[in-house]
Amino acid sequence: MEKISIEICTGTTCYVMGASDLLTLEEHLRPPLSSSVKISGSTCLGICRDKRFKPPFVRVAGKLIAQASVRKVLKAVEAEYSGGSYAYDE
Amino acid sequence: MLTMNNQSNYIRKELSSLLLKDFNEDKLARTIDRIPIDLNPRDKSSYRCCTFKDRAMTRYRIMALLGFSIEQDDDEYKPLKEYLGEALVREKIEHPPLTVISVACSSCPRVTYRVTDSCRGCLARPCETNCPFGAISIKNGRAEIDKDKCRNCGKCRELCPFNAIIYTPVPCEDACPVNAVKRDDSGNMFIDYDNCISCGRCVRSCPFGAVMERSQLIDVSARIKEKKPITAMLAPSIIGQFPGSTAQLVAALKQLGFTAVVDVAAGADETSALEAVEFAERIEQGEAMMATSCCPAWVDAAEKHISGMKIFLSDTGTPLFYTSQAAETLFPGSLKVFIGPCTAKRSEAIRDNSADYVLSFEELGAMLIAAGIDVNDCEETDFNGGDGSFRARAFAASGGVADAVIARFDEETRSICNPLKVDGLTKKNINLLKAAAAGKLKYNLIEVMSCEGGCICGPGVIGNPKVVKKKLENSMSA
Ligand code: FES
Repeated sequence: MEKISIEICTGTTCYVMGASDLLTLEEHLRPPLSSSVKISGSTCLGICRDKRFKPPFVRVAGKLIAQASVRKVLKAVEAEYSGGSYAYDE
Repeated sequence: MLTMNNQSNYIRKELSSLLLKDFNEDKLARTIDRIPIDLNPRDKSSYRCCTFKDRAMTRYRIMALLGFSIEQDDDEYKPLKEYLGEALVREKIEHPPLTVISVACSSCPRVTYRVTDSCRGCLARPCETNCPFGAISIKNGRAEIDKDKCRNCGKCRELCPFNAIIYTPVPCEDACPVNAVKRDDSGNMFIDYDNCISCGRCVRSCPFGAVMERSQLIDVSARIKEKKPITAMLAPSIIGQFPGSTAQLVAALKQLGFTAVVDVAAGADETSALEAVEFAERIEQGEAMMATSCCPAWVDAAEKHISGMKIFLSDTGTPLFYTSQAAETLFPGSLKVFIGPCTAKRSEAIRDNSADYVLSFEELGAMLIAAGIDVNDCEETDFNGGDGSFRARAFAASGGVADAVIARFDEETRSICNPLKVDGLTKKNINLLKAAAAGKLKYNLIEVMSCEGGCICGPGVIGNPKVVKKKLENSMSA
């Protein structure tokens, strides 16, 4: 199975607004999820200029989570893994 | 203590960057009185009882962000625009560094131990039997706590076989290690500044965000706009606070308008060298011990609350003190801004006259957001006037100060040094330090960090301390 991509924005806006907590994400992942994801950091995704959404931003499988927290990302990853649904911001 | 990222912090950061953005675009005087309304429109669900209270709260937060003391300066008739005008012409920063928004204070009930429905009025009644103050009796088949007799020792909660007794803390009072959080007649908290050591624990623990630092963001931004020479003095705990490297952050600071950026770790090298000499001298003269003096909240606590400790405090200056001197030599007459994680540095800067302004990392973050500067995009740039050693960088974590001092000892001094590293000025550790001052312990070098974990866990940090600690360790072993 293709790995689920998790892209954490570590542009300055996202970092200041809380992204540094997201860098602990790996610790919170348990098997089988831990081996099913690919976590990467990203420079500014450009979304911080969009007034509709609030930072920090994470993309899970290409879809956007605004005001992302470890908990929100885990929920989304679980949904992706089990074929469930998650209410993405975009 | 609340987690580092929570709604209350988030709102503060959002509001700061919003204010600064409008300030940078020269329109804040026009927008400032609309912000409380724009942020809390009538159709939005409210955090508090109603939209109008939310608006009042935003107004008070703005006042604190403009640097006012709400206790002293609140005038409900006065538009925020006038406060802004006053902030812009203010020349000096004043004591105290904190302010309480009493409207935000929820006057958390003092009844800290309560019997819940889970109480079964059992036969054994260990709570009633063992309460040292006779505060518990059984009424209508259930334990009852007599508020007048209860001294909050918690024994009943420990002993109840049904976990029927719960403890509801008063977060600010519980967090304050020096009894500086007090109540007025209506139950609202206020800070007794005679006792306060500016450690910032109440700010971080209040779930209603009722205690705020009086920010100097506007002062610094205004001086930058006026194109005054202004030097940023960056604390060693900068590691991991922003994306990119420290060298890139130096460039980002210059892009913001700072005319020079100096490394406080360089001052930390001086502090540790001088403290090492001072320690050897003091011990030789027969003194029982020496306590480090870099942490300003600790120094305040030692002077105000631990009798007999003051004479043991090192006379050596703090890293900021030496950095400030060096900056003065390099850039005479330039304004100086300390940027760090610390609330108490706001008091230290006034005490030592070592900085004109103090900003937290969080506030620097808001400045970068408002100016649209991404550290990742900046070129690596050197500090002005050289940087500190790797040992000086370790000042940022608990234990680092003592380690740096010890590393400078000769063989002999090292063999007689018996260090105590106190990680966090909790009530418990204050008692430990009282015992040390009274000569009851055998340590002769005492390091105290007011924040558990050290400066990288300070009230003004952005980086998750776990992530930062790892980064710091990696940089040390590199
Ligand atoms: S910093 Fe994350 S989207 Fe711009």
